[in-house]
Amino acid sequence: MIEFEHVVMNFGEKEVLKDASFTIQKGEIFTFIGPSGSGKTTILRLIDMLERPTRGSISIDGTIVSSLKDRDRIPLRRKMSMVFQKPSPLRGTVYDNVAIGLIFRNISHDEIKARVPEALELVGLKGYEDRKAGTLSGGEMQRVAIARAISTKPDILLLDEPTANLDPVSTEKIENLIFSLKERFGITVVLSTHDMVQGQRLADRIAVIIDGRIGQIGTSKEIFYHPMNRAVANMVGVENIFEGIIAKNEEGLASIDVDGTSIIATTAFPPGTPVVLYMRPEDITFHVRDGVKSSARNEFTGMITKVLPMGPNARLKVDAGITLTAVITQRSYEELDLALGKETKLAFKASAIHVVERKPSKSV
Amino acid sequence: MNEVIEGIIQAVQLIVSLDEEVLEITARSLLISLSATLIGSAIAIPIGGFIHFKEFGGKRGLVTIIQALYALPTVLAGLLVFLLLSRSGPFGFLRLMFTPTGMVIGQIVLIIPLMIGMTLIALSGVSRTKQDTVISLGASETQTVITIVKEARFAILGGVILGFGRAISEVGAAMMIGGNIRGYTRVLTTAIALETSMGNLSLSIALGLILLAIATVVTGILFLVQER
Repeated sequence: MIEFEHVVMNFGEKEVLKDASFTIQKGEIFTFIGPSGSGKTTILRLIDMLERPTRGSISIDGTIVSSLKDRDRIPLRRKMSMVFQKPSPLRGTVYDNVAIGLIFRNISHDEIKARVPEALELVGLKGYEDRKAGTLSGGEMQRVAIARAISTKPDILLLDEPTANLDPVSTEKIENLIFSLKERFGITVVLSTHDMVQGQRLADRIAVIIDGRIGQIGTSKEIFYHPMNRAVANMVGVENIFEGIIAKNEEGLASIDVDGTSIIATTAFPPGTPVVLYMRPEDITFHVRDGVKSSARNEFTGMITKVLPMGPNARLKVDAGITLTAVITQRSYEELDLALGKETKLAFKASAIHVVERKPSKSV
Repeated sequence: MNEVIEGIIQAVQLIVSLDEEVLEITARSLLISLSATLIGSAIAIPIGGFIHFKEFGGKRGLVTIIQALYALPTVLAGLLVFLLLSRSGPFGFLRLMFTPTGMVIGQIVLIIPLMIGMTLIALSGVSRTKQDTVISLGASETQTVITIVKEARFAILGGVILGFGRAISEVGAAMMIGGNIRGYTRVLTTAIALETSMGNLSLSIALGLILLAIATVVTGILFLVQER
């Protein structure tokens, strides 16, 4: 178990980590999501004891590591492995690179000879042993670094943006590997990523970190559908954020006034409560023909004011009294004959809206 | 001009005929400078490693002093060792003045700052990520130092070769401590200085060509090492 209690980290004048408190349970995949420079790498470096916190305490399996002497940190660090965002090859072959952590642990020569090919096979680099590490591509080196980390059979695996340099096929392989390491060996995996979807795919729990402060910790469902505040919502792609006041509430089904537009949402807040509404753009559906019955309680007619193609999808802005942002597949966009400037009907369910009480001057 | 051309022809003859005196001076030069380089490396590399890996007060000032000593005049190094080894000096009882051992000490004093500085530059060239990788892989303090030194070994070797080049080409310390005694402490540089002043240009040119050849080989090796 990894525990941070009110940890603050300063680099010179700059406070890169602000009062971070969280617990990572043994055997879980815990992901830090945040933009570049938000403090994700610093947290991983603190766990690996490469940095000492300015304030606060960090404990691993009950041992407070933040105040340990350098020498006393080594046995604990040998239970962990870290893969850096930009791994650099050490001189020598791929074999030498993967074997080095085992050599540091005084593992027998025979066992090293068995473990190195095994680790390379797991990352899809079977037969790479004799290659010069310096000649590998960024993606190959990333996988060698992962092989180097897992060859030591760590209890805790720290991965800093592990798939940032990889193609989609390699990314999928590494993600599957992370899953299997957790399933087969019960390894605790602590991962940092700025890729929301990866965080959602991999993590048992996610911590959203923005500007050095942890905004929210929860399951992917909690984070992506029930963001606690505007900063977290923005970070995880919740693009429809509205402020309103509960006009009436009948058995948990509330009518909320948003700048004169009424939105139906499920919430227990009583009438008069100032609230913020959060809704993912994927939860909005389109239908152009009249008479098509929708089960959604919120139905609007609006004009498409912006269309942004995004690979297989398209992001649409629709002016329906309030500006709604929706994501639709390109195929649906074409089949529904949508276009910029065209009028369309759209709908969303009351349960698609996450309602949070609005408190004055609340920030992440 | 004729004298110079004649000198060059005679010099080539001396080298080709493997003149005993030329060979002896060359061998002594190599032996003294290689010894100084080897011993100097054994001292300078660990000191460089210590300064790089340890944090202590005055570190920056120390590094600045070391860098300033790169350009230590050879006669000053000679004077310092002379004062230490002369009969009235603190180590006079060792009777090392005017001996090859004394010359080795003089050259060590001369090249150590350069080799420490080159070691520091070589170790600084190993990226922070690489050092962190080694530490995070569970290396002990000693294992970290050894691994990082290995990573920087070609750059460190470059510094060692530079030290050798400075040692074999210096004349001030060799003259002051060795005394240029024929058949005992006479080396390439001191012999060239003496023979030139005596007007024996052919021997001077022969020894000069050999020194130039050694310098070329050293530079060539340095280039190859830096290519790695």
